[in-house]
Amino acid sequence: MSSVPLIEARAVSKIYQTKDGPVESLRLLDFAIAEGEFISVVGPSGCGKSTLLKMVAGLLPLTGGTLTLAGQAITGPQRDVGIVFQNAVLLAWRTVLDNILLQAEIRHMPSGEALAEAQRLIDMAGLTGFEGKYPWQLSGGMQQRASICRALLHDPSVLLMDEPFGALDALTREKMNLELQRIWLASKKTVMLITHSIPEAVFLSDRVIVMSERPSSITAIYAIDLPRPRTLDMMGSPEFAVLAKQVRSHFYTQGSLDH
Amino acid sequence: MLRRLMLFPAFRPFLLILMLLVLWDVAIRVFGIPAYLIPRPEQVVGQLIAEWSHLLKESWQTTEATLGGFALTIVIGIPLAMVIAYSKLIESYVYPLLVFSQSIPKIAIAPLFVVWFGFGIVPKIISAFLLGFFPVVVSTVMGFKSVDPDMLDLARSMGATRLQTFLKISLPYALPAIFSGLKVSITLAVVGAVVGEFVGSNSGIGYVLQVANGNFDLPLMFAALVVLSSIGVMLFLAIDVAERLMIPWHASQRQVF
Repeated sequence: MSSVPLIEARAVSKIYQTKDGPVESLRLLDFAIAEGEFISVVGPSGCGKSTLLKMVAGLLPLTGGTLTLAGQAITGPQRDVGIVFQNAVLLAWRTVLDNILLQAEIRHMPSGEALAEAQRLIDMAGLTGFEGKYPWQLSGGMQQRASICRALLHDPSVLLMDEPFGALDALTREKMNLELQRIWLASKKTVMLITHSIPEAVFLSDRVIVMSERPSSITAIYAIDLPRPRTLDMMGSPEFAVLAKQVRSHFYTQGSLDH
Repeated sequence: MLRRLMLFPAFRPFLLILMLLVLWDVAIRVFGIPAYLIPRPEQVVGQLIAEWSHLLKESWQTTEATLGGFALTIVIGIPLAMVIAYSKLIESYVYPLLVFSQSIPKIAIAPLFVVWFGFGIVPKIISAFLLGFFPVVVSTVMGFKSVDPDMLDLARSMGATRLQTFLKISLPYALPAIFSGLKVSITLAVVGAVVGEFVGSNSGIGYVLQVANGNFDLPLMFAALVVLSSIGVMLFLAIDVAERLMIPWHASQRQVF
């Protein structure tokens, strides 16, 4: 793993102004994500994981601290970032292909190249033959795969995922975890994944960031040194169990297991 | 034959109408209702046939006024709703006033339009517009306000301009709501046009209704009502077809595949 930090957070904090006064969401976060690294962020719900992700995406301003992407301060939406939301957020009036091409249209990418790249991603995500279908004709897992294709179309170096599989059933979710690993191994993107699922975080990540309840800070960062590619069988291995237990212990001591 | 027809959903309303007509006829015979109170169905049909060309000419006048008012609704109502949906400030100024204006009975102020604009088509168009535009504004505002925030974040993350976000996301997202407003609006616009014809006009179905009423020509009055409803139904169906063409992807339009 290269040690060049692609994303770097220094004393990042976020305070929301609400009717009942200021609410401190994030307190003094420090972390660095290396290029090509797969990072998961786990924490109780409402702890500001999504806020953090939106700040990295440049969709929310920081209250304090600095956040840099490839050495540049993040002040607005980034060219080099793709986002996957919890819901697939596909436009109902566009086919799968046209949904993926939305990225190209808005960014004014050359249409020939974009189409070729979209087709390549569709093949990679196993959506071949579904290009002309509408979102409501697809299963939840397929919708989310299409939204991953859309996030990758402009070849960003960073892929941000906000609980992308939270709405899927357990079996589909495991399958999607395998798919995501495959896509990541093939594309070597830097991934930041927000998740509620400890097994999912351990299974996919190089490192897992554990966050506390609000006002949240980073409680611990675990390196997951399991060999790649990982298989679902490995989830039953003692090493996996130990890592998952370590991560989970933080939630029990906090008195809230949000899973 | 009848069994075959009943299988077509499009025929069912006609079947119900036929049954109601029979019921109407039977009720008049059984209770001995005099013709000056309620005419018999065949008298109405008789007048429909006898006055056919006259009714057709007048109904065209009403349709023109309706479509004029409806066009104004689209041109003024939809942009107004967009502005309201996008700016809290403008909403706080305009929306209460809009609701206030909606509570004014149009029939009471319709004579004013005649004073201002004469006996031509203009007061009818204004009356049709005033009756029809409110539902369009309300549902368009609702449509634009209910755009999924994640979709807007998605567009923002792609660096979309405001215009791109509007054209590619907000407008298509709001279209189903806009259409539901337009459907309510078109039927109200017909009523508005007739209101305009009632208060000051010498043409249109509204005028026919008034004359027939004055002459105690109940069969003609009922015939005019039939024609008027037919105009409403046909315009409604036209919007329905437009909706089907423009938002075939929407849940309400999906065919089982």
